[in-house]
Amino acid sequence: MQAGQALPAFLLADEAGGEHSFPSGKRSLICFVKEDCPTCQVVMPVLAALYEGAAASVDFRIAGQTTDGNSALVERFAPGFPLLDDASLKVSFAYDIDTVPSLFLSDGEGRLEQALVGFVRDEWQALAEDLGGAPGLDWAELPEWRPGCGSLSVDPTIADRLRAEAENSPLRARKIEIAPADDEFEFMFDQGFSDGLPLVPPTPERVMRMLSGTARDAQEVLGAMPPNMGDVTIEKLAINAVMAGCKPDYLPVIIAATEAILTEEYNIHGVMATTMGASPVMVINGPVRERIGMNMKLGALGQGNRANATIGRAVRLAVRNIGGAKPGGTERSTLGNPMKFTMCFPEFEERSPWDPLHVERGYEATDSVVTVFTMTSGPTLIVDQDSRQASQLAGSFGLSLESAFHPKAHFATEVLLVVCPEHVDTLIRDGYSKADVRARIQEVTARPLSELVENETSAVGFKRAAFEAMDAAAQARALPKFKTPDDIHMVVAGADAGKFSGAFHGWATGEIGSISVSKKIEEV
Amino acid sequence: MTTILDPTDERVPVTRQLTPRTGAITGKVAFLDISKPRGNVLIDQLEARLAERLPEVSINRYAKPTFTKPAPDALRAEISRDNDFVIEALAD
Repeated sequence: MQAGQALPAFLLADEAGGEHSFPSGKRSLICFVKEDCPTCQVVMPVLAALYEGAAASVDFRIAGQTTDGNSALVERFAPGFPLLDDASLKVSFAYDIDTVPSLFLSDGEGRLEQALVGFVRDEWQALAEDLGGAPGLDWAELPEWRPGCGSLSVDPTIADRLRAEAENSPLRARKIEIAPADDEFEFMFDQGFSDGLPLVPPTPERVMRMLSGTARDAQEVLGAMPPNMGDVTIEKLAINAVMAGCKPDYLPVIIAATEAILTEEYNIHGVMATTMGASPVMVINGPVRERIGMNMKLGALGQGNRANATIGRAVRLAVRNIGGAKPGGTERSTLGNPMKFTMCFPEFEERSPWDPLHVERGYEATDSVVTVFTMTSGPTLIVDQDSRQASQLAGSFGLSLESAFHPKAHFATEVLLVVCPEHVDTLIRDGYSKADVRARIQEVTARPLSELVENETSAVGFKRAAFEAMDAAAQARALPKFKTPDDIHMVVAGADAGKFSGAFHGWATGEIGSISVSKKIEEV
Repeated sequence: MTTILDPTDERVPVTRQLTPRTGAITGKVAFLDISKPRGNVLIDQLEARLAERLPEVSINRYAKPTFTKPAPDALRAEISRDNDFVIEALAD
C-alpha cells in the first residue's frame, strides 16, 4: 500500500462486545496480531506503552486473529486498549496482509501515513516518538529485529474461503446451506445433482480453487446448454468440475470440451435425447496430456486415472445440471450406456509415426486440443492376434467394423478407431499410413447393393422398392461401410502388450445428427 | 453447516398456460413429421382418417429438417401462426 492511499473501512467488536469503527475521524493506529506468534508477543507491550502515550490523540484499533488467542493476549498483557476480534479474518484479508504483526498508521481521513511489518526496533521507536512516546518502556530490553509470522488470512486452507466471501468474489451461484443434521452427500443425491455416484461437495472454497485453473472470467458465458438452454458460465462448469472430482488443472480441458459440445454441429441436444443411448467421447491431444497426468497407455480407456475419469464426468454433469438433461426427462435412451458416466482419454501420439488426430484436423502438433465424437457403443474390441501383414490387419479392422449399427447398415455412421501399439507396429512395418488403413477398411467392407437390401433375414438395409427401381449397374454397385474414408477417425492408445484395438461406433452423422468438433484448449 | 454452490442453471421453469380445450377439432390442423423413418406413413394414415371423419377441417403438412434437433424457430412460428391445432408424429 502507498502512503496517502485510503485504507479499508471496518467495524469490529472487542471482547466485551463494544464496537469500534475505522475511520473514526481521528488519527488511527491499526495493528493485526496473532496470539501464537512470538513477534506479536514482543509487540504487545510496545503497543500497550504507545497507547498509554497517545490514546488521547490517536485511536487504537488492534485486532487479533483468533477469539481464544485474544483472550490469552488480554490475560497475559492486560494492554489497556480494547483488543478487537477479527476471527473471521475479513479485515485482515481486506488489508491484504501476509504477516503479523502488520501496523498501519492513518491520518484522520483514513489515509495511510506509514506501514510497518514485523518488528524492527528503530522503526517502532521512531513511531513512538512521532505519536507521543512509550511511557515505561525500556527499548534496550527489546530485540533489535524480529521477523513477523504468517497471517492466518493467507493460510491456504482459509484464504480460499476468504476470497470466496470477499466483496470482489467471482462467485455468483446461489449458495445452498445444508443443515448440520443433513448428510451433504445424501443431500446432493436427493437434489438430483448426481449421475448416480457420490459427488464432491462444491463448497465455495473448492470452487475458488477450481477457478484458479483458468484465467477466464468466472461469469463468462460459453453458450446455452440444451434442453433447458441454461447459461453455461465458467463458474457453473467449475462447480460441476468440483463435484466430478477434478483438479483445477483440468478446468481448461473441460471448458474446451464444453465449447465443442455446445456447437450447432455437435448437437448435444440430440446426442442426449436419442433413444439410441449416445454420449460424447472426448479425445485429448497435445502437451496438456502430460501436464495434467492423463493416461494414454495401459488401460487408457478404462478406470484408474483421475484426469481421464473426472474430465469426462465433469462435462456430463454440466450437461445434466446446467442443461437439465436427465434420464426419463429429455434423456430417453432405451438401454443407456456406461460411457454416459464418463469417456475421455488422450491419444498416445508418440507411439506412431502418423499425424495425431488434432494435426489431421488442422491444429499444430504443439496445440492442446479436445475432440468430441458421438458414440453409441464401444469400445468394442477388435481381436486380431494372428495377422502379420498390414493388409490383413486393416482387413480385420474392416470386418469388425461391419457390426457398427448393423452389418447391413452402410453409409449410416462414423467410427472412432483406437489402434493399440502392437497393431501400430504391424501396420507401420508394411509402411501403412492412416489413409492406407482407411482405404483397406473401405475395400474389405464394400458390398454389392444387392446384399444390403432388406430381406427375409433382416429388414435392415436398403429399401426393396427403391432397389428394384434401379438399373442393373446401380444394383451391382459396391458400397463400402462408410460414406467417406473421413468417417473413420483414428487414434493410437493403449499398452505395449496386446493385439487388441478398439472402436467406438458413432451415431447419426452429418447435418442430420452429430458432427465431431475439435476445440483448442487454452492453458493458463 | 456446509454451504455448497448450486450446480444447476437456477431457473424456475415458467408454467405455461394450456390453450383452452373446446372438445371439438375445427379450422386448420398442422401435421408435423419429425423426419424419423416412416413418419410420413404414419401421418398419411392419420391425415386420411381425419379427413374422413372431419371433412370440414383443413390440413397443413410440415416436417422438421431432422429428428435429432428441435424444430427451427421459424418453423415453429409458422405452424403456430397458420394453424389452430398441431399433431406431431414420431415413427420408426
